[in-house]
Amino acid sequence: MKNRSLISITDFSKEEQIRILDIAEGFEQQPTQNILGNYVVATLFFEPSTRTRLSFESAASRLGAKVIGFSSAASSSVSKGESLNDTILTVSNYSDIIVMRHPVDGSARYASEVSPVPVINAGDGANQHPTQTLLDMYSIRKTQGTLDNLNIAFVGDLKYGRTVHSLTMALTQYNTTFHLVSPTELKLPSYVKRHIKDNNLSYYQYTDLLAVIPHVDIIYMTRIQKERFSDSLEYERVKNAYNLSNSMLAGSRSNMAIMHPLPRVNEIAADVDSNPKAYYFQQALNGVFVRQALLAAILGVK
Amino acid sequence: MENNEQRKELKVSAIENGTVIDHIPANSLFKVIKILSLENLEEQVLFGTNLESKKYGRKGIVKVSNKFFESDEVNKIALVAPHASLIEIRDYKVVHKSVVEIPNHIQKIVRCFNPNCITNHEQITTSFDVIKDEETLKLRCHYCEKTTLRENAVFL
Ligand SMILES: [Zn+2]
Repeated sequence: MKNRSLISITDFSKEEQIRILDIAEGFEQQPTQNILGNYVVATLFFEPSTRTRLSFESAASRLGAKVIGFSSAASSSVSKGESLNDTILTVSNYSDIIVMRHPVDGSARYASEVSPVPVINAGDGANQHPTQTLLDMYSIRKTQGTLDNLNIAFVGDLKYGRTVHSLTMALTQYNTTFHLVSPTELKLPSYVKRHIKDNNLSYYQYTDLLAVIPHVDIIYMTRIQKERFSDSLEYERVKNAYNLSNSMLAGSRSNMAIMHPLPRVNEIAADVDSNPKAYYFQQALNGVFVRQALLAAILGVK
Repeated sequence: MENNEQRKELKVSAIENGTVIDHIPANSLFKVIKILSLENLEEQVLFGTNLESKKYGRKGIVKVSNKFFESDEVNKIALVAPHASLIEIRDYKVVHKSVVEIPNHIQKIVRCFNPNCITNHEQITTSFDVIKDEETLKLRCHYCEKTTLRENAVFL
């Protein structure tokens, strides 16, 4: 993976994805390792995403790398009308690897083609966010001991959520059974379902969350955004339909883990946080280990 | 058969050397001219449209003097003229005949339909994988990864 860019999860083979998860385990054991002391990591956030940026910067810092960059387009030369091409070429003079988030779809792929140094996509518009997918896979493997043969429920906005689409695509490599819980108007798009079918796997669609809880190993909750609805009454109706509370977990499997890409609004009640099955904060922390693994593998020190 | 074909071509006078592109759907003729950038060519270009065709009802035809296309160059027109045939003429005679093939990859000629695609924001050559999928053709943008049906493709 040395010197390779990571733009879409499919840029890395199944074996390479697994290798990243294995390296990440080493960083979970020992998070602080001074192995990137001679490297400069640039974090270019053309749109703000404090959570993702801090996770990358924490990962780089724990490995001893220097971090340069900006946290919004307003604080960069982009606000003066500089093209992405010019920004990337300039920054690549100052750094060994570029972590980039950008509001425009495909911007990361383009950056990786003009940049002489590797690029990690930290989200390009509505398109891809592969480090989220890898940290989700890491979290599933961590809680279940395996990625194979699991029953996984995705809950909420399955139509627009790129997190769900990418993770679904990745999980089709592991004989997953998919349980898709959403309002009718936010069902998983047919091209993603098609991908499940093409891999001879099964999916089941539900509108009721309660019914699937006893049958799954992972409940992956997502946020339902108000702006997705043309009818605000409809939004009010569905937002409460997927509010997971602790009492609903009574019949769940002992190995079950609750995940969420965060930030949450009201889809997981605060009383779930103290349940040992609540995994979403650990999941966010796992993002640091996975990003450490990516930096180390791409810079060629692991 | 060949003589017959030659006679039909005479409707748009014959050329001595060059290429005839036949069996273009009548409503795609100008797209073909545009895709092949024939308007920038110094050579003689003859074309006709709404000609009778047994196979397609009405067809278009283009004749380009002293120009012989590379196959990947001409395959680009397969998006708008999937059954076009390519006839190489030397000394007024048909020396080679072939049918266009839909390429696996196309560059430049189509705009990405996604307004939030980087190719619509910066000066970037568009690039698509062609997906041949149960009778329909789809173009998958190399950058934003969104898929457009051929019918909705906008030519640059
Ligand atoms: Zn595009």
